[in-house]
This record gives sequence, C-alpha cells and structure tokens, in this order.
Amino acid sequence: MSRPGRAILALEDGTIFSGSSFGAHGTATGEICFNTGMTGYQEVLTDPSYHGQIVSMTSPQIGNTGVNDDDEQSRRPWAAGFIIRDLSRITSSWRATNSLDDYLRRHDVPGLAEIDTRRLTRHLRDRGAMRGTLSSVIANKDELVDIARSSPSMTGLDLAAEVSTRAPYRWTADDVARRRLSGYAAGAEDARASAELLDAMPGPTLRIAAYDFGMKQNILDLLVAGGAEVTVVPADTDAGTILAGPYDGVFLSNGPGDPEPVTYAIDAVRSLLGKRPVFGICLGHQILGLALGAQTYKLPFGHRGANHPVKRLKKDTVEITCQNHGFAVDPKSVDDTAAFVTHVNLNDDTVEGLEVPGVAYSVQYHPESGPGPHDSRYLFSKFRGLIETFEPSDMDLEVNV
Amino acid sequence: MPRRDDLTKILVIGSGPIVIGQASEFDYSGVQACKVLREEGYEVVLVNSNPATIMTDPEFADATYVEPITPEYVAKIIDKERPDAVLPTLGGQTGLNVAMDLAAAGVLEEYDVEMIGADSTSIRRAEDRRLFKQVMEEAGIDLPRSTFAYSVEEAHAAALEIGFPVVIRASYVLGGGGSGVVKDPEELAHVAAEGIRLSTIGEVLVEEAISGWKEFELEVMRDHKDNVVIVCPIENLDPMGVHTGDSITVAPAMTLTDVEYQGMRDDAVRVMRAIGVETGGSNVQFAVHPETGRRVVIEMNPRVSRSSALASKATGFPIAKIAAKLAVGYTLDEISNDITKKTPASFEPTIDYVVVKIPRWTFEKFPHADRTLGTQMKSVGEVMAIGRTFVEALQKAFRSLEQDLAGLASGDSPDRPLPDLVAAMSRPVEHRLPILEQALYQGLAPEDATRITGIDPWFVDQIARLAEARRELSSLGSLEAVAADDMRHFKRLGFSDLQLARFLGSDEKRVRAHRHALEVLPTYKTVDTCAAEFEAATPYHYSTYEEEDEIRTSTNPKVLILGSGPNRIGQGIEFDYCCVHAAFALSDAGYETIMLNCNPETVSTDYDTSDRLYFEPLTFEDVMNVIERERPAGVIVQLGGQTPLKLAKPLHEAGVTVLGTSPDAIDRAEDRERFGALLADLSLPHPPNGMARSLAEARAVAASIGYPVLVRPSYVLGGRAMEIVYEESSLEGYMRTAAQVSPSHPVLVDKFLEGAVEVDCDAVFDGTELYIGGVLEHIEEAGIHSGDSACALPPFTLTDDQIAEVIAHTRLLAQGLGVRGLINIQFAVKDEDVYVLEANPRASRTVPFTSKATGVPLAKVASRVMAGATLEELRGEGLVPARSVGHEGLRHVAVKEAVLPFERFRGVDTILGPEMRSTGEVMGIDSNFGLAFAKAERAANVRLPVKGTVFISVANRDKRSVIFPAKRLHDLGFDLVATSGTAQLLKRAGVEVEMAPKVSSDGDGGAKNVIERISDGEIDMIFNTPFGRKARSDGYYIRTAAVNAGVPCITTMSGMAAAVQAIEELVIGEVGVRSLQEHLALSREDRS
Repeated sequence: MSRPGRAILALEDGTIFSGSSFGAHGTATGEICFNTGMTGYQEVLTDPSYHGQIVSMTSPQIGNTGVNDDDEQSRRPWAAGFIIRDLSRITSSWRATNSLDDYLRRHDVPGLAEIDTRRLTRHLRDRGAMRGTLSSVIANKDELVDIARSSPSMTGLDLAAEVSTRAPYRWTADDVARRRLSGYAAGAEDARASAELLDAMPGPTLRIAAYDFGMKQNILDLLVAGGAEVTVVPADTDAGTILAGPYDGVFLSNGPGDPEPVTYAIDAVRSLLGKRPVFGICLGHQILGLALGAQTYKLPFGHRGANHPVKRLKKDTVEITCQNHGFAVDPKSVDDTAAFVTHVNLNDDTVEGLEVPGVAYSVQYHPESGPGPHDSRYLFSKFRGLIETFEPSDMDLEVNV
Repeated sequence: MPRRDDLTKILVIGSGPIVIGQASEFDYSGVQACKVLREEGYEVVLVNSNPATIMTDPEFADATYVEPITPEYVAKIIDKERPDAVLPTLGGQTGLNVAMDLAAAGVLEEYDVEMIGADSTSIRRAEDRRLFKQVMEEAGIDLPRSTFAYSVEEAHAAALEIGFPVVIRASYVLGGGGSGVVKDPEELAHVAAEGIRLSTIGEVLVEEAISGWKEFELEVMRDHKDNVVIVCPIENLDPMGVHTGDSITVAPAMTLTDVEYQGMRDDAVRVMRAIGVETGGSNVQFAVHPETGRRVVIEMNPRVSRSSALASKATGFPIAKIAAKLAVGYTLDEISNDITKKTPASFEPTIDYVVVKIPRWTFEKFPHADRTLGTQMKSVGEVMAIGRTFVEALQKAFRSLEQDLAGLASGDSPDRPLPDLVAAMSRPVEHRLPILEQALYQGLAPEDATRITGIDPWFVDQIARLAEARRELSSLGSLEAVAADDMRHFKRLGFSDLQLARFLGSDEKRVRAHRHALEVLPTYKTVDTCAAEFEAATPYHYSTYEEEDEIRTSTNPKVLILGSGPNRIGQGIEFDYCCVHAAFALSDAGYETIMLNCNPETVSTDYDTSDRLYFEPLTFEDVMNVIERERPAGVIVQLGGQTPLKLAKPLHEAGVTVLGTSPDAIDRAEDRERFGALLADLSLPHPPNGMARSLAEARAVAASIGYPVLVRPSYVLGGRAMEIVYEESSLEGYMRTAAQVSPSHPVLVDKFLEGAVEVDCDAVFDGTELYIGGVLEHIEEAGIHSGDSACALPPFTLTDDQIAEVIAHTRLLAQGLGVRGLINIQFAVKDEDVYVLEANPRASRTVPFTSKATGVPLAKVASRVMAGATLEELRGEGLVPARSVGHEGLRHVAVKEAVLPFERFRGVDTILGPEMRSTGEVMGIDSNFGLAFAKAERAANVRLPVKGTVFISVANRDKRSVIFPAKRLHDLGFDLVATSGTAQLLKRAGVEVEMAPKVSSDGDGGAKNVIERISDGEIDMIFNTPFGRKARSDGYYIRTAAVNAGVPCITTMSGMAAAVQAIEELVIGEVGVRSLQEHLALSREDRS
C-alpha cells in the first residue's frame, strides 16, 4: 500500500512524533505551541504573532475549507511549521481559492499530519513550552533533537523586528472597501459589524499611527471601520517621528515572542504616553505594560485559542476571547504603575487588560478576532472615545519604575 | 449574583412518556436539574407521568407526582404544593406547552408562581412563528421568506406567491408533526390540512423551501448578566429537508471557515437576546446556502433539547445542569467547569475529536409507513460515537446502531448494481451513507454523489476514503497480508475487526488475534471540554488508535455495566434506568463502577452516573477492549436488555466473568427446546407448541395443537413478524409471506390461549431466597405484546390462589434456571390454569414500573445480588422490605399504559397485536383501579370522555361481552351509536342505541357514515375490536379516522371494560393528586 511521505517532529527533550508529511518538503525549527480553536486555521497561519513557532491544531480535521484570499491576516503564513491530526483531501467552501496543502507548499511551510496531536498538547501542557524541529527531509531523530536544542530560545528574542513592515504605508476606507468588494460576501458579519461601527460614529476621520509589531489585517480593517485613516509604521519608529506626524492616536499591534527585547518600542511608547492616546493589543499590550513600568514573564505553555473567558472587571461581564500569546504582564508589577488591571483571564487569573484612564489602554487578547468571537469589538469604539476626550499630560513614568 | 434566596420551592415539569421527538434526553436533563436544585437547598416538586425515568425516583425530589402532565393536573399540584416558581425549560416541548397553558389560564398568576428559566413572553416569541418572524426581522436576522395561513386556501395562495416547492410548518407542534415539503397544490392541500388540525392554534407557516442548504445548530447559554457562550456548533450531514432529529449530525461543524462560523455565532447570540431568554440554554438552527453562503435562521428552541443533550455528551459541558443553576440566579462565571474543576463554566468548549450522531429508525415495525425522511421526525432513538476523526466516529456510530452493521460498509451482502444505488440514494432514506459508499466504491464520481444527495463534498470525500480503504483491503486479499502499519491504518479509519474479517475472508476472532499479535491496540482518550489545555478530573473516555492512552487504572474492585444502546421500540429507557440503578447501588456498596454505552439520550451516559464512562459501541470487540484495559471483577449484561444480553455468551467464552445469572442459564431460558425441557422437568404447564421447517410441518403442528395458533420466526426477537392465525388458510398466507421458512429458519407454532389473562411477574432470586417485586395483571388479553398492553399492580381480577400459583411457578423457574438477580416471567391465566409463556432471567421492561409502584428499587437489589449479596443482607441495609411480595399491602393501584406512535405513521393500522409498537409508557396511580386507569389514559394523551357519543362496533366473538359496558355507558349519560350487528344486539338487550350505516355504504340519502361522523367530531370515543387481519377492512378505516381525528379508539374488550370503569370514576367524582412519597408512606403506615 502506498503511503504519503513521512515527517518527524523532534522536541528538545527528546520526544519524537512520527507522521506523514504535507505542505512543503523541508525542515522547520521553532517553539512548538498548540492552538485550541476549532475554526480559523488560515487566520492562525497568517497571524505574524506565530512567527518563529510551529503550530499544532488540537482540532483534528484541518483543511476542510481550504484557504481563500479574504481571510488572510497578513500576506503570507508566518508559522514556521504546521501540525495537524488529519488533512482534508479536498476543499469544500464556496470561497476557497486553494487547498491548504498547496498553499503551504507554495509558501514553503512544512506540515506534519497523522500524529497524536493530543499527546503533543498534553506533553506541552505538562512540561511547558519547548523548541522542536519538524522535518520531512532529515530522518535521523538524534540530529533533529540536536537542531531543536541548538535553535534560539523564544525568551530574549526580538521577533517583532523580523515581521514588521520596513516602510510606513497607509490603510484607508478605500482599501477596506476594495477588500470587501473582492468577494467578501461571506464576511457579511464583519462587514455588518464594521458598518455598524461606522454608522455609530459619524464625525471627522481620525488619523492613527499604528506600530506594526506583526499587525493583523482584521485590526487594520476595524480601525478603519471605526472611522480612522491608518498609517502603519515600522516597529522601530521613534516617538519623535510620531509626534511630528499628524496623528490623533497611536495603536500598538500584536506581534510574536518576548516583549522585553523590543526595547526601542518600549522607549518610544514611554515617550508617547500622555502626549497621544494609546491603544495596544497583545504584544502591544505587553509593550505598553513595560513602558508603564510593569514586568512581563513567560507563561508555562501560553494561551492560544478562541474560547478563553475574560472578565471585564468594570462591568463584571464575561467575554469569550481569541488569544495568542506566550508572555504576559505580571499582575503584581502593575500595582506600582499608573495603570490598573481592567480585564482578567478567568481560567488562570492572568492580566488581560490595562488602563491608565484618559491616557492609554490595552488588552492581552484579540478583540479584532480573525479567528475568534466578536465579543470585544467595543474596544475599537473606545479608542475613538479616548481620542476625542484626550488631554495631553506629563506622565512622570520614571518615578514609578 | 449568587443563588436566589427569595425562592424556596420549585416545580419541575418533566416530559412524560417517550414518544418520537421526545425521548429520554429529557430524563437526563431533568435529573441534572433536580440534583442541582436540591444541592442548592431548594425544595423540588416534580411532575412526570413516565415511571421509567430516573427523575421520578423518589430520592430526586421532595415530592414526586407521577401524574398526567396536563394543565388540569399540574394546576392541582400547584394548588396543593404552592411552589414559588416553575422551571418549564427542562421537560421538552411538553413541559413548555403545559407551563404556557397554565400561564394563559392565569393559574401561575393566581398562585403567584414565577416562571424561571424562560418567561412566557420569550417562549411565545420563540414558539409562535409569526412573532418569531417579526422579532427576527427586527433584529436584522435573515429568514426564509414566509407567510402564515389558517386555511388550505390561504396556504395555497401563499405558496403561489413564494413559488413551489414550499415547506408547511404547523405552529405549536412537537417534533415537526404536521409539517412537510410540498411540491404541488395537491400535496399542499393534504399537508396544510393536517398541519392546521394538529396545531393547537390552527396555524401553519408556508415557507420558502430551503431544502438542500447546509444545516447547522448552535447550543447557546445565557445568564442574567447577559453573558453568552456557545457550547457547540453541530453540522447536519443531511442537508435541509430532513428533520434534524432524523439527520446524521456531526460536532464540531466541519465545513465552516471562522468568518462564517463567527457570523453564525453572532446571529445566535442576537437571536438569544431578541427572543429574550434570560437564563438557560437554547438551540438555534441555521441554514446556509452552499454556493452563496446566505445564512438564514430556521428556528430557536428556548429550552433544553435533544440537541443540547447531544452537545452535552459531545463536549462534557452539562447544559441542563448549568441551565438549572442559571435559572436560580447564578452567572456562568460563578459556576465551575465540572470536568476541569479549576476553570469556570463561562467559556466555550473546544473538542479535539469528532462526534457523530446517527438516528435509529424502526421502520420494520410499520411496514406500510412511508420510509422517506422529511421534515417530520420518524426516528425513535439515536447513537453517538466519538473518534479522533470523522470517519472513525462514523464507523463506530454505524456499529453502535444495533442493526448488525459492522461499520459503514458492512460486507454482509453483495453490493447492489450502481443504477440501483443511485436510485436509492436520490431521496433521503434510512442508511443512505452505506448506499453512497457502495456507489463510490463502484466508481460513482464524488461530484455526482453531491449532486444527487446534496451532501457536502467534504463528507462525500470522507466516505470516498472509506470506499478506497475497502479497495485496499481487497487488494491485500487475506488477513495474513495485513502488516502492522496496514492494520493501524484501517483501525484509524474506524474499521472494526468484524468488518476487516468480512472483507478479508476471515472471522472476527482471527482478526482480533492477528491484531493483538501485531500489537495494534486501542488507546483511550478523555472528553475534557478543553482539548487537553487543562487537566481533566472527570474520567469520560472513548477509544481510538493513537499513541498515548490516558486511562488511570486502579486496583479497586470494579464492575463493568453494559448499557442498552439506542432507544428503539422494544428496548427503551426502562433498561437504561436499570443500568443507572446498578451504577448507583454498586457504587454505594463500595465498587468502582464503569459504564459502557453509546446512547447520548440517557442518564447512564452522564459522566456523573458512574465512576468511569466509556462512550463506545456495544459490540464484542469494543467491549472486550475495555475489559482488557480495565480488568473488572465482573460484567453486568442482564440489565441493558437484548443488546448486552446477546454479548453474554461470547464474553463468557472469552473468559470474562459475567456477574449474576450465568450465560448458560440465559441460553436455557432463550433456547426454545432447552426451555421446553426445563418446563417439562419442573412439571410447569405451558401452551402446547411445536416447530416447523416447512408449510407442511406447520400445518401438521397447528392441526395437532388446534387453532388459533401463534406463529413467529424463531430467529427474531421482540414479537417481530409474530401473528395469531385462526385457520389454515391464514397460516398458509403467513408462511408464504411473512416467515420465509427454511430448515435453518424454522417457525415456532404455539397454541394461542384465546381470552386468557396475561400476567407478568418480576422477581429477584439470590440462590436461596426469592423476592417478588410484583405481580402485574395485563389489561389487554393474551396475544397483545406485553410492551403494548396496559397492566395493573396489584392484580385487579386474579384470585389469591392464582397469584400464589404465579409466585410458586416463579420460584420453581428461578431455582431451575439458577437465577442470580432479576427474573421476569410471563404467564397466561386461562380458566383455572396458570401457563408459563416465557421466562427472562434479566431486567424486564416492567422493572421501573414495579419498582416505582412498590417503592422497592428492584434493579438496585438485583445488581447487589449479582455482585454476591444475599436478600437477607440487603434487608438489613434497608434495600429490601420485610415483606417478600412487593405488591402486598399497598393502598394504591398503579396502572402502566403504553404510548403508541400512530400519529407519526399515518395509514398504519392501530390494532394491537403480538408485535410491539409502543415507544414509551406512562403510569397512573390512585386509590382504585378506575382512577389509576383514567390517569394512565390521560397521561398517554387519551382523553376519555365524560359525556357525548360513543361508537361501538365489535367482532362477533365479542358481542356477548359488549352488552354490560355499553349499558353502563348509556346509564352514565352517553349516546351510543353502533353498526347494525352490534346495534341489533344492544337493542335486544334493552340498550338504547342509534344504528349507523356501514362504512362501505356511502350515505344513501344523506345519512353520514361513521367515518364522516368521526372526522366531523361527532364521536367522542370508539370501541372497535378487529374481525380478523384483513387489510383495509371497515375496522381499518374506522381506526384510521380515529387517529386522524384524535378520538380515543379502544380495540380490545378488556380495554373497553377498563375504560368504562375509568369513565365511571371521572363522571362520579373529583380526581385528586398525590405524590409518590405520600402514596408509599400511606402504604407503609398501613403495614406497620
């Protein structure tokens, strides 16, 4: 009987998973993480926050709806490798433009299927995040383990610089409209949500500078839908450039890896606080936290999925959120800053949101979804509110550090 | 906000008897609700007429009313109990409807009873199609185009406007009754008329047909702080057009991108808010156009449903339990996730496996019924299977169905030619997927398969994978050629050993041995709500072929209880009840209990019921795998009905310890010849009988024992194809058509004891002592399947001597067979003789009824006896009463009545016979037989009239005995109408009666015939005993008209006598309500 080509995953602790190869033929190295979302594999793959990671989906049937142009969260997949239980042989979706297999092959992302992904999840859950090598080329397991061990660790690595845009670019209502027109019919919900935001907030167009640490498409679309014209700026843009520009607010995007080494951005944000209203998501939230003087730490195996309950403390209500992060803000360290915690994760009490009233706010999770629930879209309209009521102030952050 | 302290006493409404569209899933949800409310310190008052439910066990409520679930009876309960609130959302449509009726009648307001869970406004918004449509439109949610109609003419006009085909949906009807897709005005006239009749408000919706669209369901939970979570997206494999209860469904959804899923999720949340269900669970159904993605809302159920039970079992998220907590004030984040213990319930489960549900039909019971699946649900049960992939789960589900399928492709008969297959799969029918697999195997292009069936290409491709695997199997050719990798490959695709054996020309045992030699063994994974992100505290498992096994074995003494598989006619909730009791009793006695079952609608598959739950098919292979992994001290096979019982022998042969009565003793009771020899040894009387392998032999046997005879094939169970024949010509007809007699398939011929009284006896024997649970006297005479017959406890016409003889015979048989545990014996009492009809050394259908009526939990007692305890010891524990006969000393009478699904199978004759066709049962309990019978009838949705017109037409043999009951009815003020023969006789006896023209005479000179009078609502009750089994007789048309008009139609003389007694009680006096606890306490006082 003919079998597809083999591929192997070797973890740094020597654990081996052997399965079949799909996607690109090759070798990938990175931190192994698992995502528990049951939908949205294409959005996961193209989320720049997964740069440097090999993603394993806990949901077993993957590839069923293929891939399409509309659901891309960036121009290419960023995950270094992709691990699944069972690959669909066909695509079934009226929006599909390609199969997952072919898409990964085209973008040079190796995939591993037919392994016990649940065993892998339990392993990572019990032993913590670890590096690994996925290969359809190298069959020598020891060699693969060695490659994993010699690969750089996530902690201390500035990955944002690697995914950020090199030059500023603008994203406007016209761009969103163009995307919508190009067969975004099935995204009616998003379109409707955006339209509602637009309707709810007529008024002058806002100009927002958005730091790209690994920006997702949905964020840009929702900022625009909220009445903004967005200028996406490189991660290393200094505060002076922003302050010199015509911007009403500053947005800090999501992004991959450890926030601590992104010192240039932390410095820039520190200089911008009090001078421009700031809204951050995910890595942007962590960078805001660090700029405010809080600390961050690495979680045992991170949060990646679309079902995490987060409590919005002020309203005492629960949002179901999309998450993708391996680092978090230390709650104790927030006490000594100007910020207070606005949201907490109900599963493990980790910090999910920070706010310095009238100055800045951020969330650890992904209110833009893509993938994930739309429970937290209010955070985008909140940005407009902050901008409209913003009054510059001198924040003496150094005192608190 | 935590628990509401302003409530003290809460009334929970159950769902009543098992009917098509409303099965034991509501026992599962009701049990959860009762448990939660009592844990929270509320006083629980429960009403449910179904004695076979766990929820009506007296320990689950403070006051348990086994009374009819009708507004009148529930109002009486409210008057007596004065609850603060009523929780109507856990008892299916029945619970919801009754609560709405009570609200409309002002009863809730009068007694200041608050409706919790969902209020009447939101229920009305969800249930009233007009209001629903309006609310959805206001909320900006897309719906199929539609118009309401109140007459066939209006419906026709609306259909022309929308364009045929259209769907007709009746308002306020359970499970899709009175609904259907119609293609032309003629079909429309028929279905619309039916729908208007069935709808409690005479309304139908004429709707744009969206057949062929993809169908999805979302289970939504909301708390009073407006936190909303989706428990699970479920995809229907069968496209729109097939009722979701008749569809194969899959969780999670397989063919939605995140964008589409989140859009659907948003809509579901919006629906929930617009309808206004503030606390609890609801189910929202969607249709999605496969090519444009247009998404419309189909309906919303503001209550716990069949789908929510499935979603609970599929994810481990206990919807009913949480709905009950939300109803009394908790918010989702205040409730912890049972499975992880550490995380809250305010999350959305994610699953790392695939769940497949397949409905179970019993069309073989209704040979003349239309087998095409449509918008009206026809299945009577379902199975669920869990696998790591869709194909694995699908194959497991097929072999769970108890239809001797080894998997999707069963290999037990040669494939049909392609054109036949294509024709067969072009309309939705039972088991369309095996047909599809054969077609793909024979080369049908997948695109064509999708075009023909409307099934999504993804599912078609999955089926194609299995067809290809079958090709690989044939190319391997033999078992020996199967290497370890191949074996793993096939097992991961869900192939059973039996399936592999059939395709490799081997047998199951050899495949198993070969597989073991190759070390290809199953691994067990855990259902944990979170895809392993958190550690699971609850051991709820399924098998798959993976690398890691998660079972934590223990060295405690363990007992494995085999469940009863899918609900179907003949094997219902009664057996699940027994299995659950075994789990409870053995756990109390210090055993670790392990449950194995595949039915998501049950209490047994609640992870709270036993120490460990395996959601697995009940096949030899799957059961042996669990046994090898768990190594239990013993296995219980006698409580789950035929499904586990037939595994007794193979398990025993494989060296497994079967607890209780030995497999050999079971065989001795089931094997006709061995059983005959035993009866002869014990000198117990039984009807003369013989076995025939040809028509000539049958003629000879019948001649020697004398007509009438009861004939049945020897190889089928449950009264299938059983018939009473009165003369040789009918015998010949039967042998030619029904029996397909052959030397290997002989026919059993028994003397039929005409007019005999049938009696059931349920008992427990420990080897020394016999405890008689109860002697039950059937109301219908022998010849009616015991499952379809009403019965009373204590017996109401048997003499003390006859009862003593029944008990003596039971003792002899229990000893003779070597019973350890339950035994049920059926007797026929004719004249002075007590004949043994059959003995079942296992749990019987009547165990829950007997237990409930006597207050002695027979299944618990039996399971302890099976595990080695004596009745004496159990008496010491208080489990067995001091008396040795359960029905002695009771101050009440309990009547069990069967509930039949004729409303669903139009055109099927309603005469009761030897083949069981009831789906469920109810119990009536009161101080005398008449009242108990009246309540049982009312609970079974038969409205015995207290005034009006009764039509009587009986067979010649019954003419003599009809006089007294007819006269009594006349004395009670009824007008009588009869056909000529019956009328003449009654007139001669001095009973005033109107003579009605025969059915066949079509109104000479304007007089309406009987059918017309029935249809016009002029007849309030019908007594009609059949004249023989001639199809399409006058009687057939009378009975069919009765079903269509919803008029009670009694087809036996004994049933008529009982009905007259009941009517007498209803006419004379006030009917009261009394809880089971009160009944039992009264009897206890009496005895002490």
